[in-house]
Amino acid sequence: MSELKIYNFMGLRRIAVIFSAILLLASAVSLFSQGLVLGLDFSGGTQIEVGYEQPVDVAKLRSQLKQAGFHDPVVVHFGSETDILIRMQGQPDQGLAERLYAVLQLDGQSLDLRRVDFVGPQIGEELRDKGGLGMLIALLVVMLYVAIRFQFKFSVGAVLALVHDVIITLGVFSITRLEFDLTVLASILAVVGYSLNDTIVVSDRIRENFRKIRNATPVEVVNESLSQTLWRTINTSTTTILVLLALFLFGGELIHNFAIALMIGVGIGTYSSIYVAATVMLAMNVDREDLIETEQGELVDDLP
Amino acid sequence: MPNKFPLWKNLMILALVAFAFIYAAPNLYPPDPALQLSGQSSAMEIDQAVLKKVEQALGKADIGYFAGEADGDTVLIRLVDGGLQMRAKEVVQAEMGGDYIVALNLAPTTPSWLSNLGGSPMKLGLDLSGGVHFLLEVDLDAALNTRLEGDLQEVKSSLREEKIRYRSFELKGQQIVGRFRNEQQAEEAASLVRANFRDLQPQFRQGQNPLTLVLELSEIATSQIEDNAIKQNLTSLRNRVNELGVSEPLVSRQGKNRIVVELPGVQDTAEAKRIIGKTANLEFRLEAEGRIGEVFEFREGRALDARLETSPVITGENVTDARASFDENGRPQVNITLDTKGGWQMGHSTRDNVGRRLGVLFIEYKTKLEKSLDENGELVITPVPFVEKHIISLATVQSQLGKSFRITGLDSQRESSELALLLRAGALAAPMYIVEERTIGPSLGADNIKLGVQSVSLGLALVLLFMILVYRGFGVLANVALTMNLLLLVGFMSLLGATLTLPGIAGIVLTVGMAVDANVLIFSRIREELASGASIQGAISAGYDRAFVSILDANITTLIVAVILFLIGSGPVQGFAVTLSIGILTSMFTSIVLTRGLVNIIVGGRKIEKLWI
Repeated sequence: MSELKIYNFMGLRRIAVIFSAILLLASAVSLFSQGLVLGLDFSGGTQIEVGYEQPVDVAKLRSQLKQAGFHDPVVVHFGSETDILIRMQGQPDQGLAERLYAVLQLDGQSLDLRRVDFVGPQIGEELRDKGGLGMLIALLVVMLYVAIRFQFKFSVGAVLALVHDVIITLGVFSITRLEFDLTVLASILAVVGYSLNDTIVVSDRIRENFRKIRNATPVEVVNESLSQTLWRTINTSTTTILVLLALFLFGGELIHNFAIALMIGVGIGTYSSIYVAATVMLAMNVDREDLIETEQGELVDDLP
Repeated sequence: MPNKFPLWKNLMILALVAFAFIYAAPNLYPPDPALQLSGQSSAMEIDQAVLKKVEQALGKADIGYFAGEADGDTVLIRLVDGGLQMRAKEVVQAEMGGDYIVALNLAPTTPSWLSNLGGSPMKLGLDLSGGVHFLLEVDLDAALNTRLEGDLQEVKSSLREEKIRYRSFELKGQQIVGRFRNEQQAEEAASLVRANFRDLQPQFRQGQNPLTLVLELSEIATSQIEDNAIKQNLTSLRNRVNELGVSEPLVSRQGKNRIVVELPGVQDTAEAKRIIGKTANLEFRLEAEGRIGEVFEFREGRALDARLETSPVITGENVTDARASFDENGRPQVNITLDTKGGWQMGHSTRDNVGRRLGVLFIEYKTKLEKSLDENGELVITPVPFVEKHIISLATVQSQLGKSFRITGLDSQRESSELALLLRAGALAAPMYIVEERTIGPSLGADNIKLGVQSVSLGLALVLLFMILVYRGFGVLANVALTMNLLLLVGFMSLLGATLTLPGIAGIVLTVGMAVDANVLIFSRIREELASGASIQGAISAGYDRAFVSILDANITTLIVAVILFLIGSGPVQGFAVTLSIGILTSMFTSIVLTRGLVNIIVGGRKIEKLWI
């Protein structure tokens, strides 16, 4: 086994700051201007999933539904040519399933009514509030834990890295107009967990090295720590991305976006644990002094 | 450094491994599709004779079944083909008639030695088993209003009895507002309320002419009414759900004013919704004398419209039960039971009104879609709740009524059972609205299971392969740990009775990906130690020790996030959080303790030239 190569990660930190700033700005602009495409869980309404035996013409189905008095139905293919997703506003009333069945069967095709979901508008609003609140609480608790276990500068670095990851993942969903539903919210929180995991491992090494290596600048210590943990970071990200790929390919439509959000998040989280957290720490002038525990009752006589 | 575990540690590892195998094993035995038969009333004996009748019916219809079991209360009969479950239900229901409830069920096939140890397969969430999920919101304001309306009438009549004059008394929002000509009358009224109406708090509104007295429900009374309303609704929902004959229904309170109903395996969703969604209430009102009162139509357009008094004698809240039966002469009737308060009020009101007619109003809360234009001129559709009231029974009071009484003179048994059902259905303290509804067809559930199994297997295979390629010998150890982790996770989830959902499966897959992290950390450390010239045994020991701190911190922070996810999430998100949390804990054990044990057994205390890492 060869001697560990030390990469000069922090030499690129100005470029990383610009890169992150661009991503954050683009995300923020998109989030403020066009927001997220909210899924049924948050927007409320009715969503119906139907499986046919033969491929179906979406436009024809839409006009048939309109003729039958369904207001403004959104009809799209869902996963395959034979699966249809219909979405409309309002609450399904008692006869809905039967009436819908009658319309959908116009061509005499046999079909399978797979799922009918209705979510009231008040539920969606509550979920949005709860989701945002949960995210804030999670960040605060994590910040506190890291501040106690490590040091304040580390916790600022970790939390800023998390905020960075969350905003950019949300931004990608906003820009690509992918649907944001409850499972995506769960995956964003999982991204928080994952990215944190990564950041903690790196921070742990930085702390250890600050205590161990005496005659090196903070930048050198951080570079060495990042290089030491580089393979672990890459390997763990790879295994996680591999299983997410399996979920993405075979998990079905329901968790498609869940897998996408996590893949984006894991990618960004890997990057942020190298660049964002460490850069923030350096910007706050993290030093050996921050991590040497002063002994209890120590007196320093600084009189001449 | 000897790299040896003490005996107790090795034994503990063995015990946990055995635990994982035993409690994960029941999941290998998929349950049989089955029919469950029970009686409409608990008094009915469901014995071998009933079982025989069911078996004959199935035999005639040529539906294959395994031997059935009868335990006095229910009959359980396992079917050969799950696809015939629906038809079997119809056949059996037709044969046995309306006195029996026939439900689709899944009968466990766990071998007895496993179930004796407490082992059982994981429960499947609705997204995997198919079924219906409702979230209902109880309109607590309406419950409070009903109560206030009643109080208003009573306050007015006792003021009249005491000859205290007032200008007006009416309900404004959730306050009873009374106006008086002079201070003395207002004071008298206030003290009367204080003495006789404990739940109402009188307050004078300052500086208003005429003198205004405001009565509000006390905080204790308010929360009591709200609590009772939810409880009453829960009870009547449970009764209704039982009428559906679902094998493992869930009816539970969620938050302050919501109720979740989950009916796994239900395929006839329209029927379920008709019974669950029947958000209704009842009012017993005397027929009005003279011009005052409201006219209501009779249900199903019979020409029996009647003018009823404006205030009810009792409401559905007071109805505890209603059963169809037959009188002495074999004519259909409905027996009604009221709670104590209802019985008292009924007696009080009917004492002087024998010979008058008593009507039962059935009140349904429905929603219709209203179209309107918003400020941008776009058509928006908003659900607007509205109320429908019909008379379901109009009968002459023969004598003073009490806690239990009966309605006779019904035309047929059909009518009596329908009326009893409506009365039971209307026994709700407060109206409910469906705020969320999810129906998952059985085919989608089966698809989801297939997809879940596929993605878990593929994800696992990819990770196993990657670990062997990167860490060779130690990769194999990590893979043993990973597989054990999966078994432990499944074992714990089965034992805890956690419900497996599709997001839960995603949680498992994610755990698989992240669980190797601890081993990656440890192995990277060992490699580093070796590179910096440590001895092999020393490198292993230092690698595990040094990596432990990072692993602990990283996992605790992730656990914090998972716990918060569980606390704020609902249904699917919670399923994900549960698997993630259990996965973090089991993976810490397998990747730190289990692999260390294996490493110790293989290389501990021996002279080894090169570590295959």
